[in-house]
Amino acid sequence: MRDKTAALAGTSDPATLIGRIIVYFVLIVAAVFFLIPFFVMIMTSIKSMNDIRTGYLISLPREITIEAWVKAWDSACTGINCEGMKNYFWNSVRMVIPSVIISTLIGAVNGYIFSKWRFKGSETFFSFLLLGCFIPFQVILLPMSQTLGLIGLGQSIYGLIFVHIVYGLPFTTLFFRNYYVTIPDEIIKAAKIDGAGFFRIFRKVILPVSLPIFVVAIIWQTTQIWNDFLFGVAFSGSDSQPITVALNNLVNTSTGVKEYNVDMAAAIIAGLPTLFVYIVAGKYFLRGLVAGAVKG
Amino acid sequence: MRIFKCVLFVLIIFSIFGCQGKGGPGEVEVLHWWTSGGEAASLAVLKQLLEAEGHTWKDFAVAGGGGDQAMTVLKSRAVAGNPPAAAQVKGPQIQLWGDEGVLTNLDDVAKAENWDAILPKVVADIMKYKGNYVAVPVNVHRINWMWCNPAVFEKAGATIPTTWEEFETACQKIQAAGLIPVAWGGQPWQEATVFETIVAGVSGTDFYKKTMVQADPAALESDTMVKVLNTLKMIKQYTDPGAPGRDWNLATAMVIKGEAGMQFMGDWAKGEFTAAGKTPDVDYVAAPAPGTAKQFLFNIDSFIMFKVAKKNEAAQKAMARLILQPKFQEVFNINKGSIPVRMGMSEEPFDAPARLAMKDFSESSRSGDLVPSMAHEMAVMPAIRGAIMDAVTNFYNSDMTAEAAAKQLATAVKAAM
Amino acid sequence: MDKSVNENTKSTLLKTGFFNRLETLLPKAVLFPTFAIAAIFIYGFIGWTTWISFTDSRLLPKYELAGFIQYITLFTKEPRWWVAVGNLFIFSILFISICIVIGLLLAIFLDQRIRGESFFRTIYLYPMALSFIVTGAAWRWILNPNLGLERLVQQLGFSEFTFRWLVDSHMAIYTIVIAAVWQSSGFVLALFLAGLRGIDPAIIKAAQVDGASLPRIYWRIIIPSLRPVFLSAVIILMHISIKSFDLVMVLTRGGPGYSTDMPATFMYAFSFNRGRLGFGAASAVIMFLAVMAIIIPYLYSELRGTRNER
Repeated sequence: MRDKTAALAGTSDPATLIGRIIVYFVLIVAAVFFLIPFFVMIMTSIKSMNDIRTGYLISLPREITIEAWVKAWDSACTGINCEGMKNYFWNSVRMVIPSVIISTLIGAVNGYIFSKWRFKGSETFFSFLLLGCFIPFQVILLPMSQTLGLIGLGQSIYGLIFVHIVYGLPFTTLFFRNYYVTIPDEIIKAAKIDGAGFFRIFRKVILPVSLPIFVVAIIWQTTQIWNDFLFGVAFSGSDSQPITVALNNLVNTSTGVKEYNVDMAAAIIAGLPTLFVYIVAGKYFLRGLVAGAVKG
Repeated sequence: MRIFKCVLFVLIIFSIFGCQGKGGPGEVEVLHWWTSGGEAASLAVLKQLLEAEGHTWKDFAVAGGGGDQAMTVLKSRAVAGNPPAAAQVKGPQIQLWGDEGVLTNLDDVAKAENWDAILPKVVADIMKYKGNYVAVPVNVHRINWMWCNPAVFEKAGATIPTTWEEFETACQKIQAAGLIPVAWGGQPWQEATVFETIVAGVSGTDFYKKTMVQADPAALESDTMVKVLNTLKMIKQYTDPGAPGRDWNLATAMVIKGEAGMQFMGDWAKGEFTAAGKTPDVDYVAAPAPGTAKQFLFNIDSFIMFKVAKKNEAAQKAMARLILQPKFQEVFNINKGSIPVRMGMSEEPFDAPARLAMKDFSESSRSGDLVPSMAHEMAVMPAIRGAIMDAVTNFYNSDMTAEAAAKQLATAVKAAM
Repeated sequence: MDKSVNENTKSTLLKTGFFNRLETLLPKAVLFPTFAIAAIFIYGFIGWTTWISFTDSRLLPKYELAGFIQYITLFTKEPRWWVAVGNLFIFSILFISICIVIGLLLAIFLDQRIRGESFFRTIYLYPMALSFIVTGAAWRWILNPNLGLERLVQQLGFSEFTFRWLVDSHMAIYTIVIAAVWQSSGFVLALFLAGLRGIDPAIIKAAQVDGASLPRIYWRIIIPSLRPVFLSAVIILMHISIKSFDLVMVLTRGGPGYSTDMPATFMYAFSFNRGRLGFGAASAVIMFLAVMAIIIPYLYSELRGTRNER
């Protein structure tokens, strides 16, 4: 794949050189544009309140302090309790891990069926499932809480996990289905002739080649679920509120002295796990997209 | 033997739970949006009082949109059949929740504590659904304040205005001195706050009641309303270009820093001045907004109480009782900048603006100038409030004429009824 | 011995017969939970919302029907609705096209054997990882004339510089586009980059041998071959723009006035903040219908496409 660009870049005449300078210039300018908000957040989070009050919001700190970070994690008020974000952080972790694992696994099996075990009506069902991707979540708030109340999962972490699984399924199914479509049917047929059944083929033939698309699905789901506020605030109980609720309570409070440095530190803390996932797994993310998710 | 042990164990467990069912110490889950450091500290006093009686407090705080987010959560929990024991709900919305039949009757607490005597009738009426107490008031905020920085006025050679004509003169002088006359927070609720203050100040209490409480379409499109809207639009030229979207506390900071001369805001703004180490009547002056010296636009925070499991009823009633105890009333209201809703309390611990508010509160309740705030959800149903706010904010932020805006106001209110 | 072998094969045959039946049933059985979930939690809830939209529900849902009154009010008496609809059009068109242009351009540039490619890619992708609740405050500062960019540039000596879109009711919607593009164009870039990596280099070499210039190769050969990527990008971006809620709430809260209101925020405000649940539901139903009008033709062509492949 690399050959084509190698061939293009190989000729080293002045025109190409200028071309490359322009390319790098554009890339760097774009990178700066993408980094500005994050830069502002980091700078604000390491300023002291005094610095913020007297200076401007966009300016370099005069002294660097991690006070705000400590406070955001440990002692900021998110309600009547002033214990920072730490408890909420672990609530989120407890909620995200099972939701991501379950929704991804079900999505994988669903995708496997929709691509390799099609039956009459499966395509239609698939497209109806896809419409689920487009429902604005505000709409389903009330019927969902009614349902959760009926099945006894209201205001609990299990209810929240359940909701995330339900509305993650259309996406994960879509990813896996589009990926598995690219696996030749002949391999499945050969496995069937060898006597392998539904689950055996899935385990022995499909799963081993699924890593890239698992990465895509897991990244997508982790980001969506970790960053969700609406479900988190509406369906959680007072001891299972996720971190986005704590962040909201910090940032959206408009009475009293606003501690912008704490707000920003809290915002970055809330974003760190997903950021980490993107940076670490980013390479596989692209690989997964190359491998077939794009062909949707 | 083993089986016997198991049965015994189960029996013990059941007897423990059985005991809890009989109204001993219980738990209250409280949904509220008081999340800032000061507010949380004030509310923590209530929590301590409750815990001193052996009950537990389960906190469910949701900030954002002046309680909008919390209301969404409350609705979602109510339809799930799992509402909290107490929720911060105010004004006419208490009646809406009463209609749903989910609220608990607090009459026994009210009788024991003599609420009818210690609460002003205007307030008590809001807390009752069909004659029964279903909610507990916490505090009284006055909306029609104007917060001024005297240093700015001195520099500009202006005096703090008491009429809207004087207001315009003062603005011109401050602007000429190179400062911003009015610190403006351009969010719909803040614009509506100024708007209702002008309604009261320009056209008087009767017109206020007709438009902001009864939402009478004919009055809403009357010439008086056109005059009110023109006054509102007049202020715009005395604000700075950064105003749209600004949070109210940032606008207050402009007055504190001496960048701007005045701000229209409820008495919670005092907390910002106090936090910045400013003294009333020296560093800042809290005056009634022009033309509203005799009037009192009130905003009362309250908790509605939902029907809960038997074992938690005692805790819930204890919370209702404790909220109106003088001790909590004093600590909470000093912290919050509001005044006690309980009458006959000592003025001693309160500061000058609060004392003035307490005096005006009782005087206006006698003269009939005590009126509920529309912008702060005390006067009309949320649907109508939303319609009024839409029309006002759209008028303020566009090139629409006041006549057209008044017409739109009336149409929107009719559609929302 | 012979006998037992015989019996063995017999039982295997029986078994396979049974397993074959099971095999055809199994996928359906495994899919059933998903089917049930979709039926209740997607279509059941759409049905619920539709029902509510024909009632006079206020604070909480009521189930007595009241006819088309909510729809009539929505279309004839609510100027804010039309502002929201107009904004969605402006926003979607700009957001989708700018994201695609930036994403494609950066993807092509990144595909030129760039040093530190993964570094650049990570920078372009990170906004996607963060919720707008997190980054929104920073954007609000940057776009605010008193605090952000305008002040910064003025301090650098360009005292005439103004940048006041956020506070201008005619321009504020474009600041939402800027922030949205910032958040999503990295994802589009990743899609295009993946597409570019999947193109057979032999095609390009052949074109080069024919003496075609580089931009021409991209314009004539490579970009057209990315058609499926365009399609997925448009669908993903469209779902983001229809759902755009956090973006507006954090950046402008629909203001100045209600000039940056969108259908999603409109629906939320009326259903939950104003106790006009039926009215909010009516606006949600209109949103569904619009989504379906766009998505169903896409799905139709998509599924017909896969059928032809087989």
